[in-house]
Amino acid sequence: MPLNVGCSARPGKARANRTGSWRVFKPRFLSEKCTKCGMCRTVCPEGCVSEDEGGMFLADYEYCKGCGLCAEECPAEGILMELEEK
Amino acid sequence: MKQKIAIMEGSHAVAEAVKYCRPQVIAAYPITPQTHIVEALAEMVANCELDCEYITVESEFSALSACLGASAAGSRTYSATTSQGLALMFEVCFNVAGMRLPIVMTIANRALGAPLSIWNDQQDSISLRDSGWMQVYAEDNQEATDLHYLAYRVSENHKVLLPSFVCFDGFILSHTYEPVEMLSQEQVDSYLPAFKPFQRLDAADPISFGMYATPDYYLEFRYETDQAMKRAGKVFGEAGREFGELFGRDYSAPVEGYHLDDADTALVAMGSICGTVKDAIDEMRAAGEKVGLLKIRCFRPFPSEEVRKALSGVSRVAVLDKNISLGAKGAVALEVKDALYGSQIPVLDYIIGLGGRDVRKKDIATVVSLARAGKGDLFYGLRTELI
Amino acid sequence: METECELFDCGHRACGGCGAALASRLILKAAGPETIIASATGCMEVFSTPYPETAWKVPWIHSLFENNSAVASGIEASLKRQGRKEKVIAIGGDGSTFDIGVLCLSGAFERGHDFTYVCYDNEAYMNTGIQRSGATPYDASTTTSPAGKCSMGNPRPKKDLPAILAAHGAPYVATASIAYPMDVVKKIEKAINTPGPCYVQLHAPCCTGWGFEGEKTIAIGKLAIETGLWVNYEMEDGVVTRVKKVVRKPVEEYLQEQKRFRHLFKPKRNDAEIAKIQAMADRNAAKYGIDIKLKEPKESKG
Repeated sequence: MPLNVGCSARPGKARANRTGSWRVFKPRFLSEKCTKCGMCRTVCPEGCVSEDEGGMFLADYEYCKGCGLCAEECPAEGILMELEEK
Repeated sequence: MKQKIAIMEGSHAVAEAVKYCRPQVIAAYPITPQTHIVEALAEMVANCELDCEYITVESEFSALSACLGASAAGSRTYSATTSQGLALMFEVCFNVAGMRLPIVMTIANRALGAPLSIWNDQQDSISLRDSGWMQVYAEDNQEATDLHYLAYRVSENHKVLLPSFVCFDGFILSHTYEPVEMLSQEQVDSYLPAFKPFQRLDAADPISFGMYATPDYYLEFRYETDQAMKRAGKVFGEAGREFGELFGRDYSAPVEGYHLDDADTALVAMGSICGTVKDAIDEMRAAGEKVGLLKIRCFRPFPSEEVRKALSGVSRVAVLDKNISLGAKGAVALEVKDALYGSQIPVLDYIIGLGGRDVRKKDIATVVSLARAGKGDLFYGLRTELI
Repeated sequence: METECELFDCGHRACGGCGAALASRLILKAAGPETIIASATGCMEVFSTPYPETAWKVPWIHSLFENNSAVASGIEASLKRQGRKEKVIAIGGDGSTFDIGVLCLSGAFERGHDFTYVCYDNEAYMNTGIQRSGATPYDASTTTSPAGKCSMGNPRPKKDLPAILAAHGAPYVATASIAYPMDVVKKIEKAINTPGPCYVQLHAPCCTGWGFEGEKTIAIGKLAIETGLWVNYEMEDGVVTRVKKVVRKPVEEYLQEQKRFRHLFKPKRNDAEIAKIQAMADRNAAKYGIDIKLKEPKESKG
């Protein structure tokens, strides 16, 4: 594909990089403990945590790097970091 | 159409030409000998004769950086500098060309320190010949004025999208009063349309500019920029021809011959020195000497083909270089040699006029005699008592 | 489940737990789509724009390491000329902002351009591998100020850049920390909506550079504030108007969590150096009035 003039680009291509492959630990979101405060979404450096139809929060594992900030900051201790089976 | 003729200081003529180009953002920083340009523009802005944003930046580095931002946001921009200021802009120059932003800057050519010198030579712009900026050199203030309209036309062409230096010799042209035929605003508007950026910073269509390129991509970006430079020569020719048809002064050629057709000795030069050379040639021709001049107007892209053709019939070439690549030769001589590669024509290099050392008609005559005697590749006019 | 990421897209290459990545998200949360960003070279620029992958969904430009303020000045002038309403934000790390970019930063603030400068302060040149900057705190070990047999690490205190910019007449200057994300968003919103040149210095703890686990990024940021080594405050027209108060903890609770200060504890605890750092925290506390005064227990009668 030809280059863009001046090394420029339109938005969207970053998503081609599936940073979920970086993970060692994976966050498990415990629905029974979730108070729907949204702190996990706020603190995620990837911005990959979002709300489902039921108001529960969940990470997009295509991009989640497993850094553990969501688990650390969840006030309900509702996220567990577990070694991922590969 | 009758054009206004005025006796003007070179700087003021350039400032007026810039005004007619309708720049939207000007970044200004003072440095001798271009300061008169930015001062004249400031007065125009203060008196509502020029409607633009005028930023008094805190250094030349910031001047070109501000122009970069303004150009990327979609404005026609302008700045002027020389010597130390241009050297300070070095990093930004490569950035601007790589980002393909059509900024135009006037360079009032001046020597580079150390030692500090405020006087003319062409080391400053020549030292940025690798940067991707187009470079044109004016012989007189008329040309200096006209070349600004051309520079914007060519730079902003979507087949080019490269920035330009319009070079004119500091003090010799910038501070000299000459008769100049100024175009009117209407005439310039008919020749130079409003700036249409190829792409710009715009929330309605977001783009990331200036990303970084890994080894998988960098080479191709450089190739593309080089290709743009090659296209620029042709675009300049077309723009120069149209200028001639509209206003009577043809700038379609990147080089110009003067008494070159039957010359046995050709001088090659850029800038105001060409005026002196032409006068010297007139005298030498009257005395029966077959001397000619190849004036180089466009140094980047370098018109190798045109130079080769123009010099193909001469017996020797004497290049007048107002610059030197220390440890090697003058930049123009090296390019001319490359253009003439394969021919047997000797090319002799004369480093001349550095740091504002005056070049007179008799010096040109002396250079021609030296060339005839096969003595070249030297600093002309060395004061031997000092070395 | 596919997320609709915000204006800073997933797929960027920041370290897991990166404070600067969180900063990017928060800045764009505050700014919204009608924003143009002028970025300096550095971690944030590098992890977000390897051609052709860009994580930015607003117009964004990177020029050089030290000129984002000058580029932003040019953009602002151009927008003014075109009658456009987008807001201009210049973003740089501490290396760019405190050191190499000070010329352009000072010029832009002196001229009073209407833009916001956000410095994500991870307290060193992180992108090039953790070298000391003017923002590196006292005694921090970096690769150009390493702790060793005859060195305690960085010998200089942090430059007070907010005060310098307030002295330029900036109408709004604030410090914030990614440890308090909503406070960041509020302050950046305020800066963007205050006419003139505004500055927000954002503490962005760096797990890789400071030596702690990525999940502790926010906890470390909170400790910096609770020990008084970082103060969150706002200045309006040069006067401090709001300060985050804390019940102060001793500085070692912050220092001992980070490998860059390990030499103050191992092989032997260096009381003298820790005391110097405590004194700095105490000075901050006094200067900004950050200590929450606990009520004295009532004397029991009878």
